[in-house]
Amino acid sequence: MIADLVDQVRQLLAARRSEQPADPLVKLTGMTVGQDTPPQDPALARLLPDLHATDIELAGGLRVLYEPELIAAKDADAVALLDSLPRGGGTVRLDEPTAQAWIRALNDVRLAMGVRLELTQDDEEPPAVSDDPDGATAAMYATYRWLSAVQDSLVTALMDG
Amino acid sequence: MTSSAPLTEQVVDVDEVTAAEVPWVTIVWNDPVNLMSYVTYVFQSLLGHPRPKAEKLMLDVHRKGRATVSSGTREQMEADVVKLQGAGLWATLAEDK
Repeated sequence: MIADLVDQVRQLLAARRSEQPADPLVKLTGMTVGQDTPPQDPALARLLPDLHATDIELAGGLRVLYEPELIAAKDADAVALLDSLPRGGGTVRLDEPTAQAWIRALNDVRLAMGVRLELTQDDEEPPAVSDDPDGATAAMYATYRWLSAVQDSLVTALMDG
Repeated sequence: MTSSAPLTEQVVDVDEVTAAEVPWVTIVWNDPVNLMSYVTYVFQSLLGHPRPKAEKLMLDVHRKGRATVSSGTREQMEADVVKLQGAGLWATLAEDK
């Protein structure tokens, strides 16, 4: 299940990457430039927020400059997590760099899920969960809570290690 | 009190000095997803803050909705914001006015 969720984040990032403008300089310099406006998809917008809160023009310029490397870093974390999963399941053993990639990749999954679940308050379950405890939102929220616990235990292990 | 130094020697190009020294800051905003343990860990591992300072900043974000987590030149703050966003924190930079 983790693999599916991480893969969904990769697909979001890939969709965004495919919209990067075709700049003739890219071929000459090898530098990729990003778009200057935030993603339409709110989950993607949470993964790639503006770098400046109020100055739209500056935020656009910084996005052009930095978004490609942020997408690449998030995708690399997702790939590191997927590569560490044993085929057919079983125990996962992680060295420190891989554990760090795990906690970042799990965090990206949780950020995207948090938007889909419409979480707005700290530690408060979305109304759709109590309205329909057997519904799809409740199942998604249970998964989200489980991923939170996995991430928290990895963070604790890294901090105390 | 008097000064014998001629005034002209006191003149400093104020604009030039402040333009170079106006600090920029990195702000982290609260969100309902990031775990308190994770935010503390990120402040320690990516910004190099000692554990007590990392925890205090994390609690500021949690309780006050935002906290200034680093300051420096604009280039340094761009680098910090990119690092923190790479870790999934909601970070922005701003001129420290």
